[in-house]
Amino acid sequence: MMKNNETHTHVHEPIFQVVKRDDLIWYKSWAVRLIAIVIALIICAFVIVLLTGYDPIKVYSSMISGTFGTSRKVWNTLQRLAMLLCISLAVTPAFKMKFWNIGAEGQSLIGGLASAALMIYLGNKLPNILLIPIMAAASIFAGMIWGLIPAIFKAKFNTNETLFTLMMNYVATQLVSFCIVFWENPKNSNNVGIINQSTMSGWFPSIFGQKYLLNIIIVALLTIAMYVYLKYSKHGYEISVVGESQNTARYIGINVKKVILRTMALSGALCGVAGLLLVSGTNHTINTSTVGGMGFTAIMVSWLAKFNPFIMVLASFLIVFLERGAGEIATAFQLNESVSDILTGIILFFIIGSEFFVRYKIHFRANIKEGVK
Amino acid sequence: MFATIINKAIVQGIPLLFGSTGEILTEKSGNLNLGIPGIMYMGGSAGIIGAYIYEQSVEVPHPALCIIIPLLAAIIGSALLALIYSFLTISLRANQNVTGLALTTFGVGFGDFFGGSLTKIFGEGGNISVKTTADYFKTTLPFADDLGAIGTIFFSYGFLVYAAIIIALICAWFLKRTRAGLHLRAVGENPATADAAGINVTKYKYLATVIGGAIAGLGGFYFIMDYTGGSWTNGGFGDRGWLAIALVIFALWKPNIGIIGSIIFGGLYIAYAYIPGLGRAALAIFNMLPYVVTIIVLILTSARNKKENQPPEALGLPYFREER
Repeated sequence: MMKNNETHTHVHEPIFQVVKRDDLIWYKSWAVRLIAIVIALIICAFVIVLLTGYDPIKVYSSMISGTFGTSRKVWNTLQRLAMLLCISLAVTPAFKMKFWNIGAEGQSLIGGLASAALMIYLGNKLPNILLIPIMAAASIFAGMIWGLIPAIFKAKFNTNETLFTLMMNYVATQLVSFCIVFWENPKNSNNVGIINQSTMSGWFPSIFGQKYLLNIIIVALLTIAMYVYLKYSKHGYEISVVGESQNTARYIGINVKKVILRTMALSGALCGVAGLLLVSGTNHTINTSTVGGMGFTAIMVSWLAKFNPFIMVLASFLIVFLERGAGEIATAFQLNESVSDILTGIILFFIIGSEFFVRYKIHFRANIKEGVK
Repeated sequence: MFATIINKAIVQGIPLLFGSTGEILTEKSGNLNLGIPGIMYMGGSAGIIGAYIYEQSVEVPHPALCIIIPLLAAIIGSALLALIYSFLTISLRANQNVTGLALTTFGVGFGDFFGGSLTKIFGEGGNISVKTTADYFKTTLPFADDLGAIGTIFFSYGFLVYAAIIIALICAWFLKRTRAGLHLRAVGENPATADAAGINVTKYKYLATVIGGAIAGLGGFYFIMDYTGGSWTNGGFGDRGWLAIALVIFALWKPNIGIIGSIIFGGLYIAYAYIPGLGRAALAIFNMLPYVVTIIVLILTSARNKKENQPPEALGLPYFREER
């Protein structure tokens, strides 16, 4: 009988078995992620050596100096970090609700477009103290509309939001190309140029002589506000319940449609803020690549940070470091800047893969037997 | 004139057709692969790398090898990317949107890096150009020029154009008429039920995603070899990868409708050139049209809620047997 049983298990026994873990203690789960990043960086080093034949340590150190080398570089890094973080914060409430808003690119761009329009049409007519609040309101409103359109159809017809928000990105991009034709300066350059360069009308003011400081302060405040909103407010609670299970949410009396609409309005509005910061606070111009793919990168940042705004600071820092560092390698070693995308891709693959080991345990055959005995 | 418009529309539509056919196959298994733009970039760049290395390594390139080597390179490159996606989303159950976007970042970066730097690595300068190889891909049927409009519309293309249409038809037939196609659709609609019915969910998901990726990669490959004539420009492929995903929705997840859809999308891409008096502003509006049309189709199909026109039920969701 005993023997029979053993042969029986032997036939059907898989080589390994995957079991869902109970929640891993936070430091263990972060250790897993850290190991993944370290392995990824080592692999990246191999890739760099393979491509360039340079000493990877030298390359990494030039990446560090590219990010922090001078105080100007530090400010640029912080500015870039703030922008990516802002859009990451924006997509987070929607994501937490399992509403896959991959339209942050378009929502930010349309917010930026609204700012640029006001800078062009009202600039030099109103004082900045009036103009900038109007621009902020317009950007927020524009981003909100762009986010609400897919949400309305999601709530009404259950229209697939991933595909809808994705398409809205390109509608926004083309809308910007459309406007550029009317705003271009000089004519036929297909380029808006720096708006109000001489008067700085509609530009964010410098604080303590730092032109990016206001952006950074705004995003820092938003980070704290988003943390509190998600963790301690009733809205935040409703978002997580809807994200876990819409049926549970309905059962406990949450109006799911209302939560979807409200959350997407918030998500779009924050993207609109990012658009304002990019146009009025940073570039003072608009083109189709003003957001430059950050709308997509932000999705990865938000997800990597497990929707925690403070960890998003670290995650955006990692991405920005790679981006700026790779830009530095590109110029120093005369390579193409796209090397940063390759490195970012490799690191993301590893972090994405490492989540599996945080969430699941693998029992190999020997372990399973031991467990049975 | 009419024949030229149709011809141009088809030529513009073919990369989208490859991309959408591959993505339809992938999505039918329940995987929403947003890495398709990256995979298409990879198909193009791997193909051109293969061609460049082959052209550099021999004195007189052999015509058959000129076709086979780049083609294989493109297929292997894009299938490898799709395999990364499959491993992460199917075996490691990672989030599909995040994985797909990471794949696009990687693929586009890979394409632009090697497309822009390969000649430098080989000690030359400038952009890659593999005209010899590309000419083989552009070879049309010999009698195309003698048949006037009919020749222009039907016969004046390189073989990849016919391949795209044949692959789309085969996929349509496979999904609709074969048992394996039925199983694949079952996996995409409800993996748990398919699993209970004895279908190997993991196997179907892997195969559909990897083969779908390889087909999509051919879209980028066609663009480089035939459309641009074998030269790489960074960012030259543009947003065609996302348009291919739009086309999937437009075609209601049916590859045979995708053929017509790709010609319509291609037509919208070039229509501005044939309407007199249009400025750049109108061009922007025209370029918006494929996306707006796709959004309208998406809304209409979800509002009508007809079962056969919906996205696969389990699209975007990971499957874990013990998690039900």
